[in-house]
Amino acid sequence: MTLLDAVLSALDALRLHKLRSALTMLGIVIGVAAVIAMIAVGGGARQQVVAQIRSLGANLLVVTPGNVTQSGVRLGAGAASTLTDEDAAAIMNEIPSVQVTAPFLRGGAQVVAGGANWATTIYAVDLGWFEAREWEVESGRLFEPEELSRGAQVAIIGQTVAANLFPGMDPIGETVRVRNVPFRIVGVMARKGQSSWGQDQDDVLFVPLVAGRQRVIGRNQANARAVGAIYVKVRDGESLSMAEADVKALLRQRHRLQPHQEDDFAVRNLAEIAATREASARTLALLLAAVAGVSLAVGGIGIMNIMLVSVTERTREIGLRLAIGARQRDILRQFLFEATGLAAIGGAVGVAFGMAAAYGTARWAGWPLLIEPGAIVLAVVFSGLVGIFFGWYPALRASRLDPIEALRHT
Amino acid sequence: MAPLIETQKLTRLYRLGDETVTALADVSLTVDAGEFVAVMGPSGSGKSTFMNVVGCLDRPTSGSYRLDGEEVSRLDADRLAAVRNRKIGFVFQQFHLLDRLDALSNVELPLIYAGADRRGRRERAAEALRRVGLGDRLHHRPTQLSGGQQQRVAVARALVNGPKVLLADEPTGALDSRTSLELMALFQELNREGVTVVIVTHEPDVARFAARVVRFRDGCVLSDARQRPADAAAELAALSAEKAEADAAAEAAA
Repeated sequence: MTLLDAVLSALDALRLHKLRSALTMLGIVIGVAAVIAMIAVGGGARQQVVAQIRSLGANLLVVTPGNVTQSGVRLGAGAASTLTDEDAAAIMNEIPSVQVTAPFLRGGAQVVAGGANWATTIYAVDLGWFEAREWEVESGRLFEPEELSRGAQVAIIGQTVAANLFPGMDPIGETVRVRNVPFRIVGVMARKGQSSWGQDQDDVLFVPLVAGRQRVIGRNQANARAVGAIYVKVRDGESLSMAEADVKALLRQRHRLQPHQEDDFAVRNLAEIAATREASARTLALLLAAVAGVSLAVGGIGIMNIMLVSVTERTREIGLRLAIGARQRDILRQFLFEATGLAAIGGAVGVAFGMAAAYGTARWAGWPLLIEPGAIVLAVVFSGLVGIFFGWYPALRASRLDPIEALRHT
Repeated sequence: MAPLIETQKLTRLYRLGDETVTALADVSLTVDAGEFVAVMGPSGSGKSTFMNVVGCLDRPTSGSYRLDGEEVSRLDADRLAAVRNRKIGFVFQQFHLLDRLDALSNVELPLIYAGADRRGRRERAAEALRRVGLGDRLHHRPTQLSGGQQQRVAVARALVNGPKVLLADEPTGALDSRTSLELMALFQELNREGVTVVIVTHEPDVARFAARVVRFRDGCVLSDARQRPADAAAELAALSAEKAEADAAAEAAA
C-alpha cells in the first residue's frame, strides 16, 4: 500500500462522518488557535514594550517631588517643590553611574504666532533633557550653553506645534509669544510620535530652563531654583536599581531627612514600568498557553475516543482487509493516518482562527501584528504529533485484531 | 505435479476455559489444481476451522499444510497476509463489501495491498467485474446493487489478483434459490476456465454442483467422494424456460 493510497483512504474515511470528524477536531482547533494567538500576542506585546522604552529613552529614572508632612497632615505627591536644579547637578557630579541629569519644569500655555494660536505644553529644559530622551532637532539647532545660562528668549518647537502655527512655512527665526513673552524659534524637533499612553509627544515647545522659570511657568515663589522633575539617565551597562538607590541616598542626605522621615521625592524607574506591562502581557500569554495545553490534551483524548469507536464500528472492515492481504502494519497505518489527519486538519483550521484572534487582539490593544511562520509550522506539526500520540493505541488495537474474529463481528 | 492443497495430520486445538476443544484432528487431505470441492458437515464438525487454516487466516496447532508447494503452517502474520493476498480469493456469506466504496474500488482493494500501480489496478478491477458480468455496474455502490450482484462483486474481488484457489464460505447463505443457482453457475464457469474452487456449505443443494464432496464430523474427514456434478447453467436455462411458459400460460388465461 503506497503512502498516497493510505492518505486518500484516510481522507475518504473522515469524509464519511463529516459532523463527527468536525466535532472531534474542535479541541485541536481551539488548542492550536490559542497557541498561535499566544505567540502573536506575546511577541507583539514584547515588541511594543521595547518600542516604548526606546521612545522614552533607555536607562531613564524620573525623580519627582514627593509628599510632605506639615503638622501631621500628609500632602500628596508633588505638593511641594522640594527638587532643585542643584539636586540635579549634585546627582550628576556625585554618582558616577549617571550619564546625564535633566531638571525641567512643565506647564501648559497658549502660544501665539502672527494670527495663529495654539495651546501646547511648555517644557523649560537644559541640554541634558535632549540627551536623556534621546531626541534630536530636525532643523535648526539646540540651545547654546550661553543661551541657557543667560535665560535667552529662544525656543524649540515640536512638529505638531510647527504644523499648527506655521503651516507651510519654515518656523526657524520666527517669533512666538508665550503668555505675551516673545521667543525666537531656533529649532524644530524630529518627529517622535505618540507616547505609550497616547499623548502626542510632538505637541511641545521647549524654552531654556532659566527663561521658562522666570518668565513663563514661574512655578514656585518660595524656592527660585525649584524644578518640576529631574530625568536621570544612567550609563549603559550600569544597574538602574543601584543608581536608583544612590539617587535616593544622595537626595535624602541633601534634603537633611532623618531616618524616621519619609522621602520628600519619588524615583520612578521607566524600565520597571515597562517590565510591569511586559509581565502582564506574559501573564496573558501564560494563560493562553494553559488553555492551549488543556484543549490540545482534551482534543487528543477526543480523537482517541472517536478512533476507538471507529475501530469497533469497522471491525468487519478490518477483518476483510486482513483477509485480502493487509498486513498488521497496513491496518495500523490506516488508522494512524485517520487520527493524524483529524489532528492536522484541526491544526490548520486552528491556525486560521488563531491568526484571526491575533489580528483582533493586535487591533484592540494597538500592538503590532507579529505572526511568525515558524509558529504556524510548529503548531501544525505539534497537532499532528498529538494525533499520532492519541491515535496510536486505537490503531494498535485495530491492527492486533484476529481476522477470523473480526469477520464474524456483528 | 504437486497438489495445490496438501494437508498432513492437520490438528487445531482451542482452549475454552479449562477445557481443550479439538476442532481438527489429524486431517490429511489433498486438492489438485482445477478441482471443484464442496466441504460439508454440520456446525461444529470442523469444516470452518479447516477453511480458516486452508485460507491462511489461522495456523494449525500441529501438522503440515503445503499450499502450491510452499509450507505455510509456520509462517508469521505478515507472511500469511502476503500468501492470502497472492494465492487465495475469499467469498463470504455476508459479502463483506465496503459500503462507502463503489464496485470498482471494492474490487481494487486486494491490488492496493499487493502494491500494484494505480492505473493497472483500475483496469484489472474493471476486467474482473466484466468477468462476473457486472461490466455495466462499475460505479454502483453496494447499497445500489441486489444481493446477487453484491456477491458477484465479492467474487470479482476474490479473482482480481489471480489467486490459486477460490475459497467460498457459505456463499449462498444470504441469497434466494434462483440467485444461488446463478452464483453456482458462475462458479462452475470459472472452474471450467481453470480456477480451483473450494466451497464450504451445509446445503446439499449447493454441494450438488461440486465434482467432489468432503464431509467432516467431529474434526475428522468422514467421507471423501467424487460425483458427477449437476449443471447449474442448464438448470438455470430450464428454470427460465419454465417461467416463460408459465408467464405465457398466465397471459393466455388472461
